Amino acid sequence: MLLVDVIVAILLTSGMFFMFVGAIGLLRLPDFYTRLHATGKCDTLGEGLIIVGLIIYHLFHYPGTPLVTVKLLFLIIFIFIANPTAIHAIVKAAYRRGLKPWKWGEGRR
Amino acid sequence: MFLVIGLLIVVTILLCLYRAVVGPGVFNRVAAVNVVGTKTVVLLVIMGYIFERPLFFDIPLLYAMLNFIGTLVFAKYLERGELCSW
Repeated sequence: MLLVDVIVAILLTSGMFFMFVGAIGLLRLPDFYTRLHATGKCDTLGEGLIIVGLIIYHLFHYPGTPLVTVKLLFLIIFIFIANPTAIHAIVKAAYRRGLKPWKWGEGRR
Repeated sequence: MFLVIGLLIVVTILLCLYRAVVGPGVFNRVAAVNVVGTKTVVLLVIMGYIFERPLFFDIPLLYAMLNFIGTLVFAKYLERGELCSW
């Protein structure tokens, strides 16, 4: 039971690391496209890792309710499909509206 | 352990909320609101383990769909300037 807790802690910590990297990239990068490049992938991977850790925790600590595991599996599949699609839709809308990408020497926008 | 992870997710939500408030232009704000919504899904799942109530595992499924649909509608509106045209 201790090994399972260690594996769950490692998965949750790595997921939190990726979510922090995504948030710092959303704050610090100079342009709209670079901000979404940072946060679109890091958030998806971080949330996937956290929910995989929670699935393992639930399988070993609450074995009486396996339906919750199926719900979390549906949630991780939906996040892996929907989150990059939403980010792509916003970036495509901004590009069609004529938002210029950032180049060297320009200020932060 | 879950309480610490939940508080760290709240800190990342506050970091993204800075971009949603002061971000230049409407596209930055919409993207930051989408990111806050996808972080809230994980926060709701972890709240289910903190309070030990199985109700909290049904809400994130609905909230993920609502966040996705809202972002798509906002992207379509910002791209075309109208929602339905015929």
